[in-house]
Amino acid sequence: MRQGGLLAGYDPGSLFCEMLRPGQEPHLALSLLLERLRQMPIDALRRRAADAERDLLERGITFTVYSDATAIDRILPFDLIPRVITAEEWRTLEAGVIQRVRALNLFLYDVYHDQKILADGVVPRALVLRNAGYSQAMVGFEPPFGTYVHVCGTDIIRDDAGRFLVLEDNARTPSGVAYVVENRHMTLRVLSDLMAGLNVRGVDEYGLRLHRAMTEIAPPGVMHPQVVLLSPGIFNSAYFEHVFLAREMGVPLVEGQDLLVEGGSVWMRTTAGLAPVHTIYRRLNDDFLDPDAFRPDSKLGVRGLMDAWRRGAVAIANAVGTGVADDKAVYAYMPRIIRYYLAEDAILPNVDTRICAEPDGLSYTLDHLHELVVKPVAESGGYGLLIGPHATKLELEEFRARLKANPTNYISQPMVRLSVSPTLGDDGVNARHIDLRPFAVTGRDTWVLPGGLTRVALRAGSLVVNSSQGGGSKDTWVLA
Amino acid sequence: MSESVIGTHHLIARHAGSALWFARYMERIENLARLLDVTKTFASEGEAGRNWLSLLRINGDGAEFFARHDHADAISVARFYLLDATTPASVQTAIAYARENARTLRALISTEMWLQINVFHTRIRALGEPDVAQESLSAVCAMLKEGVQAHGGITEGTFYRDQCWHFYMLGRHLERTDQITRLIDTKFNALLPLAATDAAIDAGEWNALLRAAAGYHAYRREYPHGYVPREVAGFLLLNGAFPRSAGLNLAQLDWHLNQLRSQYHLRGCAPALERLDDLRAMLASQTIDEILARGLSPFLDTLQRELGALHGDIMSGLCGE
Repeated sequence: MRQGGLLAGYDPGSLFCEMLRPGQEPHLALSLLLERLRQMPIDALRRRAADAERDLLERGITFTVYSDATAIDRILPFDLIPRVITAEEWRTLEAGVIQRVRALNLFLYDVYHDQKILADGVVPRALVLRNAGYSQAMVGFEPPFGTYVHVCGTDIIRDDAGRFLVLEDNARTPSGVAYVVENRHMTLRVLSDLMAGLNVRGVDEYGLRLHRAMTEIAPPGVMHPQVVLLSPGIFNSAYFEHVFLAREMGVPLVEGQDLLVEGGSVWMRTTAGLAPVHTIYRRLNDDFLDPDAFRPDSKLGVRGLMDAWRRGAVAIANAVGTGVADDKAVYAYMPRIIRYYLAEDAILPNVDTRICAEPDGLSYTLDHLHELVVKPVAESGGYGLLIGPHATKLELEEFRARLKANPTNYISQPMVRLSVSPTLGDDGVNARHIDLRPFAVTGRDTWVLPGGLTRVALRAGSLVVNSSQGGGSKDTWVLA
Repeated sequence: MSESVIGTHHLIARHAGSALWFARYMERIENLARLLDVTKTFASEGEAGRNWLSLLRINGDGAEFFARHDHADAISVARFYLLDATTPASVQTAIAYARENARTLRALISTEMWLQINVFHTRIRALGEPDVAQESLSAVCAMLKEGVQAHGGITEGTFYRDQCWHFYMLGRHLERTDQITRLIDTKFNALLPLAATDAAIDAGEWNALLRAAAGYHAYRREYPHGYVPREVAGFLLLNGAFPRSAGLNLAQLDWHLNQLRSQYHLRGCAPALERLDDLRAMLASQTIDEILARGLSPFLDTLQRELGALHGDIMSGLCGE
């Protein structure tokens, strides 16, 4: 008789499964968790999943999708089977993320000051200075502690050998951290028996840590800096997260209309009149921040804010102009950027990326076109994405010609077979691809939330974990 | 002492306004449900048309209504108030605005409040044709009342009582005062024959009026001998223990505004407090007999006008409008 547990019939094939850990020493906590999952009837899990889904809707833990002038509140589907990261793995991830954030901040400081890395030819000058994310307004500006990227979300995947690889840096206004905390609360509500005694690290510290960093970067000499969270407003698709962060930090959730610059300082409109503001954690894109400095049509921002910031009257996180550091093309240079500033190898390697602007990269790419993913990187010129293994002979030949004609606009990467995790679907528990986005908070120093957003592609075989394209999320358990 | 630290933090002016409106819209839903329920119950006893018309009059919705319907009966009025999302008068509009304000305040209100509003919003949005039928109307009204009362209970038990709560309470008491003056205004016009202090008055109608305001039992207890119009009017207007009387709600408005001024040093309270002083003096300086002798309608008109102005004073003095 077949065992009735959750994992009956579960088969990840040759993919790296985060739960079964092929080829690894048995891990005590993981073995215990596996045993619990094996003993749980699938109907029990389904019932709890239904409870969880209703709970998310009722709590309004949703993102808003706009179509045809109607707004629909959708939940990010939550899969109850957790993703586990061992203490040892976490040490590597944490060190790797901290190293990466340091390098990003050093890179940003350099490109907005002496531009040594450009003079030394490590990163092409045009790639940085003509990048859409490069902000002239930031040239010569001195942010406290040299920190530009106060909140960083690093997208990390795992290949079929179980190696962690960085797929992307999100250095502007990365989102998703609210789900990390809410997913944990959900686990505790509906599945706490699964977690009992496993010594999973808590995620509740995030708001405190973020507030501390925002206090550290406030203008000097202020005893109790006033921090605010600046949101585009209740119609923004990530509004739930803005609420969450304001609440966790215990600070006002403001919109542009609540702030003004007067006499060189930034103020908020309160019931008692104007009150000073010292740090703004903004969840508004650069372009909308200040109609004087950027888009004049922006009604979401605050007139004169950039000027007040440059004169040191207020701190803004993340800094303006960080987009140049999380650009797809600059990403390809990150291992070299880390080596340049820190004289260290990257603890977390990039996905093996070839830069077609370089002769070696181009010839490798042309030779292996049928097995590579080729991505356009520049804002202009490059179009089309090639997925070599899925392309016809004709498509490969057409792309080859296009690549030869304009190689600087492309990078190439191997198809990574992402790791999988057992995931509940209509036809039982099956292997689904996942990724990981840890969140790093930096004021004076960098702290990484023990956990992160694990996104899961709910469709069989799909590698796309984005919420807009059928992705869901899982609770991420970092073992102590 | 750190234990006594309350509200050391600023409240964004716009959020204060949202708290006030949030409470007003929630009160409106309960009030509409009460009026619909009572009208339905007593409309079945004859003169139905007049009752449904008077409901529209209480709310000042005649024009809105007749732009959409030819005549007022149980179905058309229930449809108008319960289902029609295109009119500002309906519970659909009220719950949409209540939720929007709650969403604006979501970082300030309790999670339980938000959760309940969300669920309540979904239930109201799901109302349809079968719910306006005669046999289901009472159940729907009960659901609406219970929803607002659950909201009130959750708010009482979980909403942190700093500045934001005071603004919420201002909204509740403003709305209750406004509602009771409207109710008295229409019903007395309809019920009180000129110079008929002793005339035989339909007990059922008085009963309905008091029930709509949730004051029936309290009134019976205070006045066990029967219905005397001046006593009913006095009870609804001036009684200091009845939760929906104008006098009680004005006293509570005064307390909350004074808290905001003394505990939070909000200087913008001054114009509102001044107006409220005058308003309360107007009520306290006259007996119900004097008010009736000088004319109830003009008195209520003044009261309603001043309430609107008071709302304006609070919005402009404190809420950044």
